[in-house]
Amino acid sequence: MEDIIVRYVTRIILPFVQLYGLYVVLHGHLSPGGGFSGGAIIGASMILYALAFNLSAGSKKLSHDVSSALESGGALLFAGMGIFAILLGTNFLGNKVAGIPIGTPGNLFSSGAIMIITFGVGVKVASTMITLFYSLIEGEDHSHDHD
Amino acid sequence: MTMIDILLRLHQNSYYFFAIILFIIGFHTMLSHNNLIKKVIGMNIMDTSIFLFFVAIGYVNGGRAPILEPGVPYTAYVNPLPSALILTGIVVAVSVTAYALSLIVKLYKHYGTIDAEEIMRIRGGDIQ
Amino acid sequence: MMRKLLVFIFLAVIAVALVATVLEMPPIGDPMNITNNEVPQRYLEDSLQETGALNVIASIITDYRAFDTLGEATVLFVAIAAAISNLKAH
Repeated sequence: MEDIIVRYVTRIILPFVQLYGLYVVLHGHLSPGGGFSGGAIIGASMILYALAFNLSAGSKKLSHDVSSALESGGALLFAGMGIFAILLGTNFLGNKVAGIPIGTPGNLFSSGAIMIITFGVGVKVASTMITLFYSLIEGEDHSHDHD
Repeated sequence: MTMIDILLRLHQNSYYFFAIILFIIGFHTMLSHNNLIKKVIGMNIMDTSIFLFFVAIGYVNGGRAPILEPGVPYTAYVNPLPSALILTGIVVAVSVTAYALSLIVKLYKHYGTIDAEEIMRIRGGDIQ
Repeated sequence: MMRKLLVFIFLAVIAVALVATVLEMPPIGDPMNITNNEVPQRYLEDSLQETGALNVIASIITDYRAFDTLGEATVLFVAIAAAISNLKAH
């Protein structure tokens, strides 16, 4: 799509959208939001970029392999926090009982494992949306040169 | 129970009533359209009605969002449990939608149409 | 035409059943409802000491019921893997 207005507006608002998504993910334990909603905002910003410019420009920013690796990495970070609590000698996914410092409530770096798990879920949801979008678009392209 | 009582009761439980209306709209979309994309949209509307119904269960009159503030008693907040549980439903709805869309892409590649009756006719099956 | 009539009758039956169910439900927002029992009270009163998170919903989904969220992430992962393998198949 060669629309100058869409491209210009996208270039202006894209940093703000991504910054807001990052804010929602990182403040998931202090304010409304969390990993799922913040990850959806970040994923939607990348989809907007790939739609306003073209697919190759979007793939240059975040390639298909990187987003697939990030998708597995987010889930592994989540499960890794659970295994880490087992290594500390308590139940799977224990937080305060495992001895992880929870800090002062209200600070950005507080609540122990909750912040790390929220970050992992945010990375996973964002990369899932991007991977699904790329797969649906590329599947359509693939049929054209295959036929 | 007279008609006035029923209307008053529905006005009192208006969120549940609007959830039923959304459910019927989504079900009608799924049943009466042959376009597969429109069927998926109807399924999403039905999902949304279930989310509305479930979250409305947790409301408390005059309650605030469950972000804790010091010195506020627990009765001032709404019930956080339905909001936390319905997140699972939202994620499952997204997963089902993604898989259904990928199936529709493959169907379109194979048959050249996304009309359900047309696909049944190409397959040689009975329509009615 | 026959199909439209069948759809209308089917939807009318479902709508009457659902409305009859809603008429028997307790009113929305009553603090005495059976859903406002000791479970959300415990979460709202003790989650600050036990998890240190101000957002009660975040403390529920990533601490008290984190296993549920792990299964949720698994569902998302499996669905996307199925969609991609479906699209890339020849």
